[in-house]
Amino acid sequence: MASTTQVPAPPARRTALSNKQGHKHGHKHGQRSKGAKGPGRLRPNYLGGLGGWLWLAIIIVPIYYVVVTSLKDQAGFFTSNPMMPPTEPTLDNFKLVLDNDFTRYFSNSLIVTIGSVVPALLVSFMAAYAIVRGKGRFLTWTNNTFLLGLAIPLHATIIPIYWMITKAHLYDTLLALILPSIAFAIPISVLILSNFLRDVPNELFESMRLDGCSDWAMMWRLALPMTRPAVVTVGIYNALGVWNGFLFPLILTQSPSTRVLPLSLWTFQGEFSVNIPAVLASVVLATLPLLVIYVVARRQLLSGLTAGFSK
Amino acid sequence: MSTSTGSSRRVLEKGPSGWLAAPALVFFLIFAIIPLFGVLFLSFTKWDGLGEIKLDGLSSWTTVLTDPVTGNALWVTAKIMFFSFIVQAPISLLLGVFTSASQKYRAALAVLYFVPLLLSSAAVAIAFKALLDPNFGLGPGLGLPFLAQDWLGNSDLVLFVVVFVIAWQFVPFHTLIYQGGVRQIPASLYEAAQIDGAGRVQQFFAITLPQLKYTIITSSTLMVVGSLAYFDLVFVLTGGGPGYSTRLLPLHMYLTGFKANDMGAASALGVILVVIGLALALLLQRLGGKNRNASQLEGA
Repeated sequence: MASTTQVPAPPARRTALSNKQGHKHGHKHGQRSKGAKGPGRLRPNYLGGLGGWLWLAIIIVPIYYVVVTSLKDQAGFFTSNPMMPPTEPTLDNFKLVLDNDFTRYFSNSLIVTIGSVVPALLVSFMAAYAIVRGKGRFLTWTNNTFLLGLAIPLHATIIPIYWMITKAHLYDTLLALILPSIAFAIPISVLILSNFLRDVPNELFESMRLDGCSDWAMMWRLALPMTRPAVVTVGIYNALGVWNGFLFPLILTQSPSTRVLPLSLWTFQGEFSVNIPAVLASVVLATLPLLVIYVVARRQLLSGLTAGFSK
Repeated sequence: MSTSTGSSRRVLEKGPSGWLAAPALVFFLIFAIIPLFGVLFLSFTKWDGLGEIKLDGLSSWTTVLTDPVTGNALWVTAKIMFFSFIVQAPISLLLGVFTSASQKYRAALAVLYFVPLLLSSAAVAIAFKALLDPNFGLGPGLGLPFLAQDWLGNSDLVLFVVVFVIAWQFVPFHTLIYQGGVRQIPASLYEAAQIDGAGRVQQFFAITLPQLKYTIITSSTLMVVGSLAYFDLVFVLTGGGPGYSTRLLPLHMYLTGFKANDMGAASALGVILVVIGLALALLLQRLGGKNRNASQLEGA
């Protein structure tokens, strides 16, 4: 297994490019080009290839099972081979899920995600700008506080958060999910954004200052445009976390009117426990939006996922 | 702090006002730092989650520390941490190397490898619950009797099932990190090694592995510290059962607080969780050397 290293014969940069093309004919093409492109001295890495296909099977089988099962009716589920596609595919399960307030859970998720990520980005960007461009003990202390937040398993604090939210009469509202989500997104956002802000050349700020720009104006007219890719990446990172988040909705909401998608999957599972195809249809429906984004903007999404560790 | 207006700004050069950082700081103090002290405070109280909070000295701590379930939760957490590390780390390292190479079929495989990243833990858990069903899941589907076990009901097996599902969900993420790391390695190193006649395995151990040092540290830290956060997946998949066999520390905290309505004891467990998390983060930081920035740059 240790032999998966492939010598990137023509410059390694090519991988980034080839990532873009060749999904469909990737297989055949790759096999052929392997021998041709390589330096010739290394045999094709059969062992690595085998491992790669094996892992693909591990990844694909559960996904395949979920999709196939979601298209079966209940009788078909109990009688047919679990791994075979349905003889008469049906969309009834999806209809059942949609009829059970799925759209409301979806819009709740959307509200909570946007309502958390936009403010979190805004306050984090301002803080990062102040930390990078400003001076003073207060800002150093602020930065250290955020860094501390990265090392602490913050979900250990759910009980006091639950107490605060009930005291503030926000229990079972969407705001109860939004407020702590903003706070928890701040440390990593400030860290990444300030790393990128440090790369903006000081001369640019100087020349704007000479033109009489205030710090506030420089933040929006220079710093923000210069770091826009980082802002997008951090936004995706936080959005994925909030969209898929389970713990806050579990402890801070209760009624169907405030339910978000991940929690709705769990309650569907309770309600339709015998109707496995419907439960799996809800899984498919909940994942579909992200899958669409993945197909359209794979690169941004993937870089967003590892935002905390790149740069 | 200078204000952002005023005529003296060019001379003073103090930069933007610290007030810009205030909104973020306020949010963070209220919802993260104060609760951190709150959880410590609540561990010395008695509270059922609805009524009044009463100071109760050390009784929550005595309960928690003498309860064998706490010890069991720590042991389960340690086991899952250990096994999921030794399963995930080599697989994601090898897959990261595998997907970073230039063959197109590998790039195509990588597109599919990353799909689990899109699913929420709840979705993954529900999918596997159905898939592992002994009657209607994978076992009968493939006609392989040994796969048709009561995976989630057998307390000897369930821990490894949990480790497997965790790996299924998180290996793609670490693969992505390693892929980024490998792509940062200069191609010239491999060219030089090849001229020297080094084979594939030699190159892996002499170039790839040492060059990935900081990526390995980053990924390992996230794996180990992250295993304190496997709450939702295990909660939906097994609920901590059967018995207590997959009752991880965070899950034990949740069930103690919100199901058994003993918020005092749950807070004490929360404090333990914070202490373990901090200790692990500091330890790994120490082990990995001081150059934290380098490790972050590595990921690309």
